[in-house]
Amino acid sequence: MHSGVESPKGVWWKPAEASERLWVIVAFVWCMVLFAMMPLWHLKGGQNPSGIRSKVDPADFEARTMQFVQDYQVGEENGFPVVAPPPGSHVYLIARMWQWYPVLRLEKDAEYTLHISSLDLNHGFSLFPINVNFQIVPGYDYGLTVTPTDVGDFRIICNEFCGVGHHLMLGKVEVVEPGAGGGNE
Amino acid sequence: MTTFRTCPTTGLKVQDHADNLMRAHAVVGVVALLVGGITAILVLLTRWQAVHLLNAEWFYRILTIHGMNMLIFFILFFEMAILYFASGPLLNSRIATPRVGWVAFVLMVAGMLLVEWTMFTGQADVLFTSYVPLRAAPNYYLGVILFAVGAILVTVQFFATLVVAKREKTYEGSVPLVTYGAATAAIIAAITLLHGAAIYIPTYLWSLDLMPMDAEIYRLVWWGLGHSSQQINVAAMVSVWYLLGALTVGSVVLNEKISRSAFVLYVLFISMASAHHLLVDPGFGPAWKVWNTSYAMYLAVLASMIHGFTVPAGLEIGQRVRGLTKGLFEWLRRAPWGDPGFSAMFFSLVVFGFLGGITGVTFGTEQINIIAHNTLRIPGHFHATVVSGTAMAFMGLTFYVIPLVFRKQIAFYPLIKWQPYLFAGGMVIFSVGMTFAGTFGVPRRHWDITFSNAPFNLEFSPAVDLLISIMAIGGIIAAIAGGIFILSTVWSVFFGRPLEKGSTGFHGVPPGIHKQPVPITPEAAAAFEAAPTGMLGKAPGTLVLVFVFLLAFVTYYFVNWKLLSFLWQIG
Ligand code: HEM
Ligand SMILES: [Cu+2]
Ligand SMILES: [Cu+2]
Repeated sequence: MHSGVESPKGVWWKPAEASERLWVIVAFVWCMVLFAMMPLWHLKGGQNPSGIRSKVDPADFEARTMQFVQDYQVGEENGFPVVAPPPGSHVYLIARMWQWYPVLRLEKDAEYTLHISSLDLNHGFSLFPINVNFQIVPGYDYGLTVTPTDVGDFRIICNEFCGVGHHLMLGKVEVVEPGAGGGNE
Repeated sequence: MTTFRTCPTTGLKVQDHADNLMRAHAVVGVVALLVGGITAILVLLTRWQAVHLLNAEWFYRILTIHGMNMLIFFILFFEMAILYFASGPLLNSRIATPRVGWVAFVLMVAGMLLVEWTMFTGQADVLFTSYVPLRAAPNYYLGVILFAVGAILVTVQFFATLVVAKREKTYEGSVPLVTYGAATAAIIAAITLLHGAAIYIPTYLWSLDLMPMDAEIYRLVWWGLGHSSQQINVAAMVSVWYLLGALTVGSVVLNEKISRSAFVLYVLFISMASAHHLLVDPGFGPAWKVWNTSYAMYLAVLASMIHGFTVPAGLEIGQRVRGLTKGLFEWLRRAPWGDPGFSAMFFSLVVFGFLGGITGVTFGTEQINIIAHNTLRIPGHFHATVVSGTAMAFMGLTFYVIPLVFRKQIAFYPLIKWQPYLFAGGMVIFSVGMTFAGTFGVPRRHWDITFSNAPFNLEFSPAVDLLISIMAIGGIIAAIAGGIFILSTVWSVFFGRPLEKGSTGFHGVPPGIHKQPVPITPEAAAAFEAAPTGMLGKAPGTLVLVFVFLLAFVTYYFVNWKLLSFLWQIG
């Protein structure tokens, strides 16, 4: 027997003791379970960060968003347009220093493709209070299929540091009953 | 001209250059720890909104300084000292080329000073990740590059010293496990620092407007550095566990094959480590994320789970051979809990495993990351790994380095006996408060979670206030323990009394030094091997502990899947 600071003498490639072998096997099986859960959730689970991913020029993304706002704006709040896109549509959200633009009004149980991109730095999309988080990277369009499952008043926190106004960057999403979106379908 | 001294405690031959290099790196490491500690308190008292100490500008600046000094400067200077120790004294060898060692040291210090200057003067308010296109002054990146070049030289020196030791036959047989572990840390360091060059050199050029940078590619390559460096910390920490186990209770290596293979697993899968920072990024597809975040099917996690067994089992068997055989846990109950090297090592093991490891694997799951990314759950997790794990192990090691390397008594030794309890206790409270606050979606790196000047209102549940206060209290306790550590080490090194035996024996040194574990005689070992084993094998106590660990792991993991399943449908 020797300690970790002594050189092992002779051949040390020996079979492990029973309890050590048992633990290695159990730990290995657990690691395989950990691994299998991820593909499994892609097949059976309802929350995956896959999305439609593509590169995008920030100016193009801004233009698309402005068009989207023009098409579906239903009101205004604190200087932000409130936009109510029809169920099934593509929705655009800009992250920039230091706002989430525009305010979105979505319908419960309707599916949308939510495109988010940044016009300047990295930002962090964090939906309050349900704690859903995505990294928003300039030059990349993250197109996530989302289906809101409850009605309510949500906030978008920025949780990636984006300069000294980072903590001011707060956006808003409303989820209303099906059919109550008020958009022009 | 080089001279050697023979360490009266360990019998190791220590070259004067090795002594001086270890001392220099350890001292600068402690200075970085001091800066990191002061900034920790400032950051903590700002995030505690009841106090809200700093203004926004200084909060982000001080947070940058905290991250850099702790995660980069403190940890790496200590690791460089460990590399010198594991290659030189531990192998009875001289250091290959001490002159290169000093050049490397000067480069690292110069790089560090340059970075400190840019940070303190507000030219680098970018946090330690410095995600482009966030921009710092070019000198900031240059400083990091100088520091990294110095660190690369030290790792090269480490391997050169291994070659020297082999050629000059300073040891027999294979290198000891601790050196082997340090070697894996050094290999990982070399890979990591190459990633560092691959990202900081282009970024430096970008900061001078000489080339473009893609924000997502930056994140990919930067985390190739950022996470791999955490793997250096893990490999170094595990080596320190084996080392302190040997010094404090004479723990044994159960099986060299298993422990060494586990270290090799760390090296093999290291470059995949960037993935778990990019799980909810737009730049990468699901197959890439799943394969890489699991480091090829969690084989690096397997490695840590193996060490999580072999380290305590080594302690257990070391104690049992020496006669502490009653029941499942006599070996643990009668361990030297008053030895700060032992308690720091054991707390490091437990907190790293139970808090850091379990949360890390869970949050690093592709889909679960959706409810963890960039919330306070993340700093909650890594203060349980790199702080309660690595930093605490390094503190425990320091309590042996002061007498063995600096030849000094430990100042304020009675306080130091309690230091690991205070630090571990505080850090556990801190990490748990932080992690649970993150479960409510509280963001990390955020100056004002009351959103008082934001365009909309937002109010977190009152539970968050409570959790943040818990975090603050735990953090303050840990900071006090950190202060005690720094005070004692600085005092010992600069004003400490030399190590000598008084009329009543040794004062101010851990028991592992003056009352060393009795050597295991071949007869005792043979008797232990021959003794009948129960159902739970040779290390039954450890087997029970690791199954308790597994139960906690499985529970926390599946609770998080359950939490995830309540969310909106997202795909
Ligand atoms: C008493 C000890 C410590 C306390 C009270 C403390 C406290 C904190 C706090 C409050 C934060 C800010 C979290 C946020 O707002 O996102 C933080 C961040 C951090 N800490 Fe510590 N810390 C301590 C020790 C350490 C040590 C020893 C290390 C590394 C070895 C470390 C590494 C970091 C890092 C890397 C960050 C993240 C910085 C960033 O997000 O840019 N801390 N710490
Ligand atoms: Cu932002
Ligand atoms: Cu931000």
